[in-house]
Amino acid sequence: MSTGFIAILILVILAVVVVQIGKISDLAAKIRGEEEVAQQANDTTAVWLVGFMVLFLIGTIWSAVYYKDVMLGYGPHSAASAHGGEIDGLFNATLGVTFIVFFITHVLLFWYSYKYRSREGNKAQFIAHNNTIELVWTVIPAIVLTFLVVKGLVAWNNIMPDVSEEDQYLEIEATGYQFGWDVRYPGNDGKLGTKDFRMINLANNSLGMDWSDDKSIDDIVLGGTDQIVLPVDTTVRVRITSKDVLHNFYLPHFRVKMDAIPGLPTYFIFKPIKTTEEYRQELRNYPEWNEPYDVEDPESLPRWKEFNYELACAELCGKGHYSMRRVVKIVTRDEYETWLAEQKSTYMTTIRNTEDDPRLGQLLDVEIKERAQELRADFKNALDSEKAEDKTILLRHVFYDTGSAGLSDLSKYELDNLTDILKNNSGVTVELAGHTDSVGDDATNLEISRNRAQNVLNYLTNKGLDISRLSSNGYGETAPIGDNGTEEGRAQNRRTELRIISQ
Amino acid sequence: MADIATTYNEDVLIKELGYDDHFHDHHHGDKYQSSFISHYIFSMDHKIIARQFLITGIIWAIIGAAMSIVFRLQLGFPEESLTWLKPVLGKWIVVDVNGIGTLAPEFYYALVTMHGTILVFFVLTAGLSGTFSNLLIPLQLGARDMASPFLNMLSYWFFFMAGIVMFYSLFLSTGPFSGGWTAYPPLSALPQASTGSGTGMTLWLVSLTLFVVSVLLGGINYITTVLNLRTKGMSLWRMPLTIWAFFVTAVIGVLSFPVLASGFFMLMMDRGLGTSFFLSEIFIEGQALDRVGGSPVLYQHLFWFLGHPEVYIIILPAMGIVSEVLAVHARKPIFGYRAMVYSILAIAFLSFIVWAHHMFMSGVNPFISNFFVIFTLIIAVPSAVKVFNWITTLFGGNIRLNTPMLFAIGFVSMFISGGLTGVFLGNSTIDIQMHDTYFVVAHFHIVMGVAAFFGMFAGIYHWYPKMYGRFMNETLGKIHFWGTMIGAYAIFWPMHYIGMAGVPRRYYSFDSFDAFKHFADMNKFITIAAIIVFAVQLLFVINFFYSIWNGKKMKVKNPWQATTLEWTTPIEPIHGNWPGKIPSVHRWAYDYNKDEREFVPQYVPLEEGEVGDH
Repeated sequence: MSTGFIAILILVILAVVVVQIGKISDLAAKIRGEEEVAQQANDTTAVWLVGFMVLFLIGTIWSAVYYKDVMLGYGPHSAASAHGGEIDGLFNATLGVTFIVFFITHVLLFWYSYKYRSREGNKAQFIAHNNTIELVWTVIPAIVLTFLVVKGLVAWNNIMPDVSEEDQYLEIEATGYQFGWDVRYPGNDGKLGTKDFRMINLANNSLGMDWSDDKSIDDIVLGGTDQIVLPVDTTVRVRITSKDVLHNFYLPHFRVKMDAIPGLPTYFIFKPIKTTEEYRQELRNYPEWNEPYDVEDPESLPRWKEFNYELACAELCGKGHYSMRRVVKIVTRDEYETWLAEQKSTYMTTIRNTEDDPRLGQLLDVEIKERAQELRADFKNALDSEKAEDKTILLRHVFYDTGSAGLSDLSKYELDNLTDILKNNSGVTVELAGHTDSVGDDATNLEISRNRAQNVLNYLTNKGLDISRLSSNGYGETAPIGDNGTEEGRAQNRRTELRIISQ
Repeated sequence: MADIATTYNEDVLIKELGYDDHFHDHHHGDKYQSSFISHYIFSMDHKIIARQFLITGIIWAIIGAAMSIVFRLQLGFPEESLTWLKPVLGKWIVVDVNGIGTLAPEFYYALVTMHGTILVFFVLTAGLSGTFSNLLIPLQLGARDMASPFLNMLSYWFFFMAGIVMFYSLFLSTGPFSGGWTAYPPLSALPQASTGSGTGMTLWLVSLTLFVVSVLLGGINYITTVLNLRTKGMSLWRMPLTIWAFFVTAVIGVLSFPVLASGFFMLMMDRGLGTSFFLSEIFIEGQALDRVGGSPVLYQHLFWFLGHPEVYIIILPAMGIVSEVLAVHARKPIFGYRAMVYSILAIAFLSFIVWAHHMFMSGVNPFISNFFVIFTLIIAVPSAVKVFNWITTLFGGNIRLNTPMLFAIGFVSMFISGGLTGVFLGNSTIDIQMHDTYFVVAHFHIVMGVAAFFGMFAGIYHWYPKMYGRFMNETLGKIHFWGTMIGAYAIFWPMHYIGMAGVPRRYYSFDSFDAFKHFADMNKFITIAAIIVFAVQLLFVINFFYSIWNGKKMKVKNPWQATTLEWTTPIEPIHGNWPGKIPSVHRWAYDYNKDEREFVPQYVPLEEGEVGDH
């Protein structure tokens, strides 16, 4: 409370002082003659105006030199995208034109104020207008502005149009939310799957992707703080959306900016021309970028080494607006391919075979292909191996209906693959072996394993394989490969195997 | 000062040549001299209402500026403790275990929002246009009062109510609205998007709707008065540029504010009645909203259809005041009077077809932007004409460099500096990078913030004797001018560089971004400059209120030796402005140093062969 009192007291004292200054100046003027004081004040003020002009104009130039590092297109602040140079060039052209106007008008404004200040014996001229000069200074700005408008619109219409079908481009999607970004890559098919905000589920579907759309299956969502990786020299179309309020997808180094709007997808197309590493090497040439990254820690790495492209939000979106940062990393195309191959599709890692999976109980093309490859590889290994124990292959994807010997629907993929393999290896004869776990009595297990193996055999012969190359046998619970004491082990024991008899 | 021998006996001239409207023949229930309440509070006299607007505007300006100091402290000194502000800001200062107080981000955004709303609407619209339109339209036109004194009174009291509602919203437990002065939905439409979007936003909408009513009541009155109540001989082409500016400003306001109101009504319905004008496909707070089909961009169109004319509503009155002040104190006719009028009209017309230049990066079809770029940059032509004409008005003058004149010169400097950066931003290509950065903040603060304030100060210092019969102190005025001139550039010039570096506006902190965090020293400098400028404005406030009672007395009716009619009214203002007849007008308003006469007021009849219009 006392500090508040002192503050008020200081303010009151200041007010009194100020009022006294005013009073004294009035009084002094009265004593010395108001006319004379006014004349002197006029002269002094005129000199001040010129002084201000000189310092101000020097200040503008000095500050531009001092802050040269932020000049668009200059050295450490050059654009990292193909279209960025056009923006920087237009900015600097405008800067040149406007500085000339700024300089001339300011010199005239302050110089006239000084030169034509009121003086003894001075008389103003009656100049009402002058059509010629007015026409000149209407036409000249019009011409200069036409130049800037044309230059600007040419650039604008180069930068902003959407891509066409024939263009080669990479499309990614950025979705803003309070307070962060989800970035989605299209995966191998190059196409982003459809999404619907009603399907958003914060547990496993933050974008509301429609999993029944085949294009969604290989989409990759980079949430949280993962770096956004993009290949250099590739046209990138960013589809920009928002989940809640307005955001703005802003990449300052690439001169990219576009609002993210719920319900109204926007886009921005740009081509990165410098990898992060290349940009760092350029920055290395500037002394200020060789200073330590952390000013308080002189041992920290130089700034250029820590440089990263950044994604920011540029549309007020709430209290966390200032914190929506993501690092953008530009890499060579090869590095990009490698990185992309390491990324796991969101569907496969979080949705597949959960209750949210619309393909639960179905096999995906990609899985069918994978299984065929796997089985072919196992079969080839078995053929090539010299050892007797290697001649047995586990049919990993053959299953039966619970408690019976009937083949489950999904088993046919494995058996079809097997049919193809056996048809391609016509000299091979095999035995199909059924196994169970130890649950239930031995006789029943033996029986069921025999029937299961027989069913597999029947399926294969129905597919046109010669019965003479096939035999079947049931082993019940006699040959476990896992621990029957655990559920995991019992699952391993319930299996169908294929043994190569001769080749 | 040049000794000026030219004097006129206006009483005689008006008595002989004036127009007798028989105003004083019958009793008016003379409100001006009746009770305190009907004189000073619910007054229908335009001169009192002008002062009400001005003083209310000053109070709001202090509040709005104080808010900017608080958020500048956060930006300039993010590490310093703000615990000392806790007695004022309460829970919005979060004090940690070490006693370090930090401004809450929610409240930072509330301050930024309120600062913008208050300054744009309450100070630079009501405080500027409301004050000087009210004071000068009847006085300079030779009218007894406004066309409808009653609507004029309502105009002020609607503004006052708007202010009360806004002021109340500052004290809500959830804070005032915090989604930016433009109030873009969905942030402004959904209470769950931000604490300020609850009751704070409701009150914001109520307040500004009342404000729209105030502007419309005032505007209709100004237009009617200018069109119908000009004295005999006051043709449109003889009106001072102040009146042209206020007239066109009122027209713009009447045409554009209803569009804003329609946007507000839709927003209210989206907030309260479950409509979806501006909402579509929103998932917020773990819930998908049942709102589809609307477009947030529609609101932006409606807002900026007012929002862009609004910046001319702010700057045109300042331009008019500056034109007048420059001519009077340079003792010269304003150069190119007709060109000045045509450029006001051109700017006003163009102001209605450039709104989407605020929306180049808002997801509008890029093709459409072509037109808006062209129209926007065309505005630079009439603006340039005005600047050249002001400068040429100084050429060959006999300039009194007193405080109103200094602010008028400062206005021209600010208008040039801020206007030229508009040439960058109006070009959509450059706007890709500059949109919503500090470059924009620098641009509009200089061109419509500081410049409009300079116009307002020029007007206050110039017409203060007319309002209060006394002068403001000249020494303090000059300190005020230099502190503001140097200080305003010190605040806003560096912001251009921050913007060129790409730093976005409306950031509570720059620390999380490597690209934005290297301007700590500059931000400190700006904050210190802002505090100094704020202190200098307090000097002005002290000067203003002190001079009302203690300033140097005005001893003659026409201390500036101006030609316009307001200086023919008695020093002690009276109801109906002129005691007898109203003066009739014989010439334009800018006969300075014509034919060996230092100045020739408008009521002086033409001599033989003299031309009265230019």
